[in-house]
Amino acid sequence: MYPEGLHYTKEHEWIKLEGDQGRVGITHFAQSQLGDVVFVELPKVGKPLRQMETFGVVESVKAVSDLYCPVTGQVLEVNSSLESKPEQINSDPYGQGWMIVVKIAEPKELRDLMTAEKYKAYLAAEGH
Amino acid sequence: MKDETIGIQGLAFHEPLLFDQGSKGRTACSLPESDVPEVKPERLLPKKLLRHDIPGFPELSEVEVVRHFTRMSQWNYGVDLGFYPLGSCTMKYNPKINEEVWRLPGFSRAHPYQPESLAQGALQLMFELEQYLAEVSGMERVSLQPAAGAHGELLGMMLIRAYLESKGNPRKRVLVPDSAHGTNPASSALCGYQVIQIKSGPKGCVEPHAVAEAMDEDVAAIMVTNPNTLGLFEEHIAEIAKIVHGKGGQVYCDGANLNAIMGISRPGDTGIDVLQFNLHKTFSVPHGGGGPGAGPVGLKAHLAPFMPVPVVERKGGRFVLNHNLPSSVGKVRAFYGNFAALVRAYAYIRSLGPSGLRRVAEVAVINANYLMKQLKGHYHLPYDKFCKHECVFSDARQIPHDVHTLDIAKRLMDYGFHPPTIYFPLIVRGALMIEPTETESKETLDQFIAAMKKIAEEAEREPELVRSAPHKTKIARLDEVKAARQPNLRWKGKGPVEESAR
Repeated sequence: MYPEGLHYTKEHEWIKLEGDQGRVGITHFAQSQLGDVVFVELPKVGKPLRQMETFGVVESVKAVSDLYCPVTGQVLEVNSSLESKPEQINSDPYGQGWMIVVKIAEPKELRDLMTAEKYKAYLAAEGH
Repeated sequence: MKDETIGIQGLAFHEPLLFDQGSKGRTACSLPESDVPEVKPERLLPKKLLRHDIPGFPELSEVEVVRHFTRMSQWNYGVDLGFYPLGSCTMKYNPKINEEVWRLPGFSRAHPYQPESLAQGALQLMFELEQYLAEVSGMERVSLQPAAGAHGELLGMMLIRAYLESKGNPRKRVLVPDSAHGTNPASSALCGYQVIQIKSGPKGCVEPHAVAEAMDEDVAAIMVTNPNTLGLFEEHIAEIAKIVHGKGGQVYCDGANLNAIMGISRPGDTGIDVLQFNLHKTFSVPHGGGGPGAGPVGLKAHLAPFMPVPVVERKGGRFVLNHNLPSSVGKVRAFYGNFAALVRAYAYIRSLGPSGLRRVAEVAVINANYLMKQLKGHYHLPYDKFCKHECVFSDARQIPHDVHTLDIAKRLMDYGFHPPTIYFPLIVRGALMIEPTETESKETLDQFIAAMKKIAEEAEREPELVRSAPHKTKIARLDEVKAARQPNLRWKGKGPVEESAR
């Protein structure tokens, strides 16, 4: 449920390193708490983002939540298939449900994020 | 479930869309023959603007139209029909005397361009309402212009910005606790501020140290909802105000939950600089269907130069409109706000008086605590302490049976109750927020409590019954996910009756 090798935020996003780029999405926990996702608003390609700045919004039948960018960088790609198929976030949060790819400006920021193990411990400590 | 329980039964009609009714040539009116020569539209209009037929245009008789809308009005559920645990947060019961008062011709037929000399009664009402609201809240001035709570928030933040600008620096950020109303961050952002979220402490209140850590000379204000969305009084509000003021910031209070403290605690006395009143919540103004509401803003004297114009003043024995406030942020609403809403709030305040308003808050709080106490053993209560006007449960005890908040809410309809607010506040997972308000009798509360207890029992013994609820409503459970993902917004032709309709 929480793949090794990804870096996790306290706001329940993950980032996967691909060279000097990072692919970003939300975790299994986040999608299960939200329930069926019905709408995602993502940034435009080229948008600069600071670490933990909101890059979009995810909406389910239950709630609307901000999406936070795990690292500082520029948006290189956006998963536009989520516009018509937001359910991919529920069915495959680490695969087809990816949201954006960013060009990582400050690799050392990855140290602020959690490993899969630490993220699981964080969820447990929060009582999940 | 036995048949004697409340629910929609008997003469409940199926009602197709207007588009699916009537027949060609049927009409609700007959026009007299024209006594001037007919001119063909082709002679007056360019060809591309001519339309000979509107596909699917409904043609119905008068009685068909009347029945259509009357039937649909019967499907409606409102506070005049039954218990409605959304509470003042949405709209509490509107005493009918309010309606009688605002329909007095001097109010209902007043024109905004009427000269001051012919509108003295209306102006006096606005002048006095400002004073009453100031007295209830402990603020010094009140602007009656904003048309809604969030509109009031926006004005409040505009006043703060204007004030800080006049001091030389509007600053950059606004602190908003996670137990604040959802509109607070939006109001701050609209005024150009970056929003910093403050996490509430383990007891459900904002803690002074969290504010102190986030507070610096770049923070323009904090927006606190008090009582907060958990229905809890922010115990450290005075200390928080002191911390924010210490760094030159302003304190905004979202007064949407004033119903719980009216006549008991005055926000102005706890260091609040600005707050909005939701007249359509606390002061029993109707706002069904989205409006019009009224969200006056109370403020301390240092913000008065920035108030919207005009303001009502008394000169000699007369009431006048003063448009001359050079530093005003400008108008935020045409003319004087939603005047008819102001009249209703005035009627409410005058009919209850100071002791009556206090009694409203007391009974609202007692009712909520009674409900909370009765249901505590059956539903998980995340913040187990005395609440104000509303209490927040969660579905944690029902989750092991795969029964969730949404299911509980749907099942309540089978027992004849409107569901409460669900999945809000966000800081409680699977929240069920119940606000009974002061108008509900013990009998009503007991019926609601019995239904909630029954549902908790069903969740254990017959979870499928709850998961598939509602069973007694006109329409079975809607597929909310499909409705959001593939909304069907336009009539696309005469088709078979929807399967879900019964």
